[in-house]
Amino acid sequence: MALKTEEMVLNMGPQHPSTHGVLRLELQLEGEIIIDVIPHIGYLHRCFEKHAEAMTYPQVIPYTDRMDYLASMYNEFGYALAMERLMKIEIPERVEYIRVIMGELQRIASHLVALGTYGADIGAFTPFLFCFRDRERILHLFEITCGARLLYNYIWIGGVSHDLHPDFIRLTREFIKDFRPNLKELNDLLSYNRIFIERTANVGVLPLDTAINYGVTGPNLRASGMKWDLRKDDPYSVYHKFDYEIPVGSGEKGKTGDCWDRYFIRVREMEESIKIIEQAIETIPDGDVSSAIPKRIKPPEGQIYTRVENPRGELGYFIISDGSVNPARVKVRAPSFVTMQVLPELCKGFMVADVVAILGSIDIVLGEIDR
Amino acid sequence: MMYDWLNNLIGSPILAMFIVSLLPLFIFILPFALLAVLAERKVSAHMQDRLGPMRVGYHGILQTVADIIKLLQKEDLVATATDKTLFNFAPLLVFIGSYAAFAVIPFSGFFIGSKIDLGIIFIVGVTGLVVAGILMAGWASNNKYSLLGAMRSAAQIISYEIPTLLIILTVIMLTGTLSLYDLSELQTAYFWNWLILGGPAIGIEKILLIPLMIMGCLIIYTSTLAEVNRTPFDIPEAESELVSGYHTEYSGMKFAMFFLAEYANMFAVSAIVSVIFFGGYQSPFGYLGNTLGLPWLIPIEQFFWFTAKGLFFVFVQMWLRWTLPRFRVDQLMAFCWKYLIPISFVILLLVGLITLI
Amino acid sequence: MKTAEEIFNLLKAKFGDSIIELKSDKPIDLFILVNPLEVDKICLYLREEKDLQFDSLMNLSGVDDANGEKVKDEKGLETIQGGTLSVYYHLESTSLKHKLTLKVSTSREKPEVVTVTESWKSADWHEREAYDMYGIIFINHPDLRRILMPYDWEFGYPLRKDYKNPEFYQGMKVPY
Repeated sequence: MALKTEEMVLNMGPQHPSTHGVLRLELQLEGEIIIDVIPHIGYLHRCFEKHAEAMTYPQVIPYTDRMDYLASMYNEFGYALAMERLMKIEIPERVEYIRVIMGELQRIASHLVALGTYGADIGAFTPFLFCFRDRERILHLFEITCGARLLYNYIWIGGVSHDLHPDFIRLTREFIKDFRPNLKELNDLLSYNRIFIERTANVGVLPLDTAINYGVTGPNLRASGMKWDLRKDDPYSVYHKFDYEIPVGSGEKGKTGDCWDRYFIRVREMEESIKIIEQAIETIPDGDVSSAIPKRIKPPEGQIYTRVENPRGELGYFIISDGSVNPARVKVRAPSFVTMQVLPELCKGFMVADVVAILGSIDIVLGEIDR
Repeated sequence: MMYDWLNNLIGSPILAMFIVSLLPLFIFILPFALLAVLAERKVSAHMQDRLGPMRVGYHGILQTVADIIKLLQKEDLVATATDKTLFNFAPLLVFIGSYAAFAVIPFSGFFIGSKIDLGIIFIVGVTGLVVAGILMAGWASNNKYSLLGAMRSAAQIISYEIPTLLIILTVIMLTGTLSLYDLSELQTAYFWNWLILGGPAIGIEKILLIPLMIMGCLIIYTSTLAEVNRTPFDIPEAESELVSGYHTEYSGMKFAMFFLAEYANMFAVSAIVSVIFFGGYQSPFGYLGNTLGLPWLIPIEQFFWFTAKGLFFVFVQMWLRWTLPRFRVDQLMAFCWKYLIPISFVILLLVGLITLI
Repeated sequence: MKTAEEIFNLLKAKFGDSIIELKSDKPIDLFILVNPLEVDKICLYLREEKDLQFDSLMNLSGVDDANGEKVKDEKGLETIQGGTLSVYYHLESTSLKHKLTLKVSTSREKPEVVTVTESWKSADWHEREAYDMYGIIFINHPDLRRILMPYDWEFGYPLRKDYKNPEFYQGMKVPY
């Protein structure tokens, strides 16, 4: 006679130490094995797109900051790039270099948060503090440039708001010198730790064709084996002038596309970002950063879709202009929004503890998902 | 020992008994638990490249006093849908299970709470009460998270008692005694006589025993770490998965009881490991009292050595907690049943063979 | 790698009337206007065809074209009658490295578009968002319900140009 078993519905509610933001996950469990995961979002919806239709084009930039608050520079970068392409503005080269440096520093800061919180979810509390210690130095660099640590309003349409601080390049060099050994320390402490590998290898494997069909981009797609990076495949700004590699997941500790791959891709991406920053601060040209900012932004009627490589994936801006000073439609294609859809596929058949591991490895930010 | 001395002093056996049983509790364990909370925060802070509590008292020494005052004056929230009797009784049971183990641990050559012949088995039996307490706490909280945490914890503690017992059996087989007092007395003279280095045997069997004893020590240290629910085995209180596991719903003094019981438990298992393998209260080098000709100095020195060894192992436990990530439940069970138990059996067998020689 | 004109010609040859026109007058992106009720077949063809291989849907967005006429109804509230709601699809091929934009337009009163989740699973949540924000019904969608607004929000579709916030929602005052 078989035992009667029942499915249990467990709610990893909006308030939870591990879901990165206000996210509600409804888990249907059979014992400890997951049968289905239903994500419920919308707790952080702040009506960005409706606001954007009431603002003028430059006024939208602080709003774009607040979507993915851990990678604000890139949100502004994408928006400014879209508007400059729509209005066909030529920007000085110094501005391009500054944008690239800020973007790559922001990428390192965002990955540090992702890795630190991922370690804390798995139970290793110390790497979290080490990552934040390094991130403090990056935030200090941002603070001396534009005055803000998290939400910058720095990259404007046609240029940037302030030129680099005189100490910026020296402090960046010092930061890079200290950061390389810290990365090695992080690897020794967390990446190659036997328990960590047991928790994350072969968990939440994302096959490549599923990833492309679901629209997953960024480090998650690269971890599944595809060498796709918008900085090389659809280049924008001055990324073509630098020499850097694109790390691809190769199933080093388990199957290709498991949680360990997604985690380790981010570690390697930080190394590549360091290379780009080093090259950029050596070769940055002089110039005036605000010469190309137009007085009044009134783009021609039309529409454009532009995308940049966010630390989380492909951030797309679809802007429709009807010839007036307010946009007619600003649609943001947020990478985390698209990546959340693949979560139920990844979790089926694993245990409750794995949900936390998988959710941490796909690195979502609720501000982006809900806008 | 202490009981006889007090009895002669006071003349009333009941009063002497009271004092002997309350002495370890008040003079040693409670201050230790308070200190351990502070030590954990400072140790973890310095490992994480920060400072920890700095404001309360000089460099944060009075932090635990502040914490206890805060916990005492908190409102005791009891949700309506809980099972009140079990809910209120559970922390008591966990507390009792942890503290009762101190009755048979020899703090020095002069002081041991109760010199029964059963020593180690008594400790193993009494710490089993903790399982019952945790299950009660999880069930009575009327909370799916707590229930999950409690079930995991019960499975974990029960499984990891087996390697512990097997190693204890090995030591018993080697030394022929169950009483912790006799075990400590057996490891006299220099550290060469400590059981981890083969014990007071002589000749070839001592050399053969050394690797087995070292492995046994590691196994018992790991499995007792699992018994007290410390990382890497802290699934029941896994903060990031289940909020707080089986003590999610507790507040105020009841939570303080769980909290203090955990630290007392940590010291109890460190004390057991040090008694069994590292000579208990014996000093590694000989006694100052003997050199100076002051026999009353010896118990004090022994107390000092015992505390030092216990504190060292507690420090190692804290160190491990802040370095290693957490195991998943099935990996934890696999580790116990597939690795620790077979190895313990092999050690038992080999030590048995060696003692026969 | 194909240009938009070549793709337009290929599609026109296969689907005829469902492909309405190729708009290239306004900057920057040119797009192909297609029939809303046939868009699933078109997308399946775009994904499967060897020369095209559009295996990734980059973006799907609903748009309120605001080309109706503003009418003041009896309560003094301004609504828009007539006009269209549109859905834009941005496709790309990761293997052949070309991109394409499609547009479908439906009437404001009865907006209905066939879902493309068969071709690309990422369309699932994008279409839910278009439904939530504009009220566009996607036929054959596996699970069409609101995604960003609360599930029981019955006061309309927020991103439409004539949307007004309600006074109270479940007893809480809305514009506070």
